[in-house]
Amino acid sequence: MTVSLTNSKAVYQGIKDAGVRFLTALPETWLVYLLQMAEDDPEMTLIEVAKEEEAIGIAVGAYFAGKPNLLLMQNHGFLAAINGVVSLSMLYRVPLCMLIAHRGHWGEPYPWHTQGGIVTEPVLRSLGIPFEYARDPAKVGKQIREAHTFSLSSLSPVALLLSRDLMED
Amino acid sequence: MKRAKCIEAIYSELQDKLVVTIMGACAQELYDLGHCENFFYLEHAMGLASSIGLGLALNLPHERVVVMDGDGSVLMNLGTLTTLARYHPPNLTHIIFDNGSLLSTGGFASHTTAGITDLAAIARGAGIKNVALVSTPFDFIEATADAFERNELSVIVAKVEAVGPDHYGMDLKLPENAFRFERYIKEHSKIRTE
Repeated sequence: MTVSLTNSKAVYQGIKDAGVRFLTALPETWLVYLLQMAEDDPEMTLIEVAKEEEAIGIAVGAYFAGKPNLLLMQNHGFLAAINGVVSLSMLYRVPLCMLIAHRGHWGEPYPWHTQGGIVTEPVLRSLGIPFEYARDPAKVGKQIREAHTFSLSSLSPVALLLSRDLMED
Repeated sequence: MKRAKCIEAIYSELQDKLVVTIMGACAQELYDLGHCENFFYLEHAMGLASSIGLGLALNLPHERVVVMDGDGSVLMNLGTLTTLARYHPPNLTHIIFDNGSLLSTGGFASHTTAGITDLAAIARGAGIKNVALVSTPFDFIEATADAFERNELSVIVAKVEAVGPDHYGMDLKLPENAFRFERYIKEHSKIRTE
């Protein structure tokens, strides 16, 4: 199995169509094409972090600055960033739009991803973070726009889980 | 050298800058000098003040951003120094008040106590070129004046005593601080571009 270039393009177009011009990310296999497209796009600023919790702070700074932005990370990175999500975004009511590669679930061949994959949805539910799964390249653009809009109107973190169906060929 | 005296010494210089502080003593000491709409106090999420400062500085190149950090917070997010170094916004000054103590959470010794860990060396090793290590008020004022003038990312590690205020509390709810800070930026940057 390989990462889908075609569907990555659909995701990236969705990000652009949402008006986002600032991305904070930590590289991960499913996000490779997305990050390459961001690097090659003169309209986009891409900030790569050392650990995902940093990205929460950077995204909040970008929001304060009035810059439409979102985060790209793996679900394990989301798990590593939870205190930032809770004690910055939720505590201060700052919007956060997260695109999360949902590794370690149905069809996952790699054992090391599985525990994070299994707990991602229950953790999102327990935190009260609204989320949806993105599975269809024809719909993902609309889902990204809606996630971004909803984060801004609800002043809340919002997650769109990028699924295997979408990200792999 | 006391942190409160350092903050007081540069307070007038902060009026036209975006200021992000960490929780506890640092936030309280700045607040007690008089809250300004351009101050954001990160009362939790330890380690992320510098990350917020980075997000601000990269997106507001015409503004000056000052982060007031502490050794305990920086130790929780050492990766931030590498990210700051990589993107090095020229309009960001990162002040780290190093009291060698987790003062606001019981005064336990941090890893910087008695010089075991050298945060200035870590900042330099991360790739930040302009790093100052100061331990007197004169040197602190000189280092901040230099940082505010120059068009380069600066880190100032200020060795201070492990003492804080005798009271805590603000007449400012946390989301209110965020809403007002955002509004200040919106209105202020509008003025700048007009």
